[in-house]
Amino acid sequence: MSDVEVLPELKHIIGALLFVAKQPLTLAAIRRCLQQVADKEGGAARDFARATEPDLAAALEELKVDLLTRKLGFHVAEVAHGFKLENDVNCGLWLRQLLEKGRDNRLTRPALETLAIIAYRQPCTRPEIEAVRGVAVDAIIHNLLELQLIRIAGRSPLPGKPWQYGTTQTFLEHFGLMSLDDLPGIEELRRMEEAQFQRRAQAAAITPAAAAEEGPGAPPAEADEELTEELAHAEAEEEDEEEEERRTSQRSRSCPTRTRAPSP
Amino acid sequence: MTRDQPPAGTAPPAPAPPIPAPLTTDDPMPATEYKVQLDVFEGPLDLLLYLIKKEEVDIYDIPIERITTQYVQYLDLMRMLDLNVAGEFIVMAATLMMLKSRLLLPPEERAEIEEEEEDPRWDLVRQLVEYKKFKDAAIFLETLEETRKGIFGREGEHVALEPQPDVALHDVSLFDLLTVFQEALRKIRQEDLKEIFAERFTVADKIEAIVTRLRTEECISFAGLFSHMASRHEIVCTFLAVLELIRLRQVQAIQAQVFGEIMLARVEAG
Repeated sequence: MSDVEVLPELKHIIGALLFVAKQPLTLAAIRRCLQQVADKEGGAARDFARATEPDLAAALEELKVDLLTRKLGFHVAEVAHGFKLENDVNCGLWLRQLLEKGRDNRLTRPALETLAIIAYRQPCTRPEIEAVRGVAVDAIIHNLLELQLIRIAGRSPLPGKPWQYGTTQTFLEHFGLMSLDDLPGIEELRRMEEAQFQRRAQAAAITPAAAAEEGPGAPPAEADEELTEELAHAEAEEEDEEEEERRTSQRSRSCPTRTRAPSP
Repeated sequence: MTRDQPPAGTAPPAPAPPIPAPLTTDDPMPATEYKVQLDVFEGPLDLLLYLIKKEEVDIYDIPIERITTQYVQYLDLMRMLDLNVAGEFIVMAATLMMLKSRLLLPPEERAEIEEEEEDPRWDLVRQLVEYKKFKDAAIFLETLEETRKGIFGREGEHVALEPQPDVALHDVSLFDLLTVFQEALRKIRQEDLKEIFAERFTVADKIEAIVTRLRTEECISFAGLFSHMASRHEIVCTFLAVLELIRLRQVQAIQAQVFGEIMLARVEAG
């Protein structure tokens, strides 16, 4: 009783899903969708439910190559842990006109810096951000929340239970990042911070007065260390989850900057 | 020079050409000057890093005395402009003064203290180096943003970044602008003051003048704006006018290379 007359290929279904989806789709989401249809419709639709994630990745790859070679003005992009259709970047001029978006929408430097601190240190509290920037950031945080580039990620166990902020899926999409691991030198930054925490802890042990001078902006060194440990654990788990997905998708980036089409 | 109220009933000599909505001169309080409220979102560390770069000094061996002098000068400029500067700037000024005084101690006496503590500048250096990394990360994000500005999602969705509260400086920092401002002020000091004529300048007039110029000219030199100005008040009004136009996204400041000349250009309307 299926309304499918000519059975499409897997590649076609994936292409159609990406065309309609408003958010980046993961392979897992595509697979779930295929299985649900198979359960409901049975028949020929069941064939697609047997597709494994590597099968889907292969079909997606084929679709990607098809779109690129035919130069249709859009392509499959890998952003925010998933796949989505994006217009080719060299067509932006005309889209801007069509959509009546005259102005660049770029963030200002102070906003970008605040965002960078949150992206690298998440989840982190406002005092932590302010300790790095050396100036109040409440207005910027408010703005970034409004833009949905950051979100409230929880509450810190520190006294007063301050809010913790983290980046959002919109953040990844806005900057065209597949995941936070695409940020350069995230390990390097973290190492540097840990070394600093240790130094600070040592300094605190030697001269307690110096630690007190740091004021309310900087949380006590011990609590900070706990926090980074927690953070490291949380991230290790996250990485495990992503590992599988990443292996299947082979990390063949289709970032528009790298696949620059010849200008007309 | 105080903000004298113009004689009642004095109309501007020529009818004002239509200017963008937020700049209209028919203020509910026509007698008061166009008041500029500008928040500064850069902090003291931004200023220090700017000075370190400008003076080409080693971040690990900061000449505290030189940097402190410069820091205080920029702080004075921002105060003169009545910018909403964060209190942290004052705290940092105090810290710098303290470091300066410590370094002024004769070496014999200083040795005693330093046996217990490390170089007094060390805390500051660590903070600066750490912040510098995030500033670099921010530049990386900015580059990504730039390459993606022509990409729109389904239904033309794009993160809408309109409500940004601060002066939207992208390529040029506030401190770059202040450097030009400082230079303009220095020049009039040399030629001595001609303020006896007590000409009246307002930010609103200057905004109008810049908008009018940019209607015919593609871009104008920021430093060139001040070239024939002989009064401090005029320079201040012009500077505030530029900041206000940038904040209102009527004008953008462009600097092709680091510490290069700053040009002002119209922002293409949407």
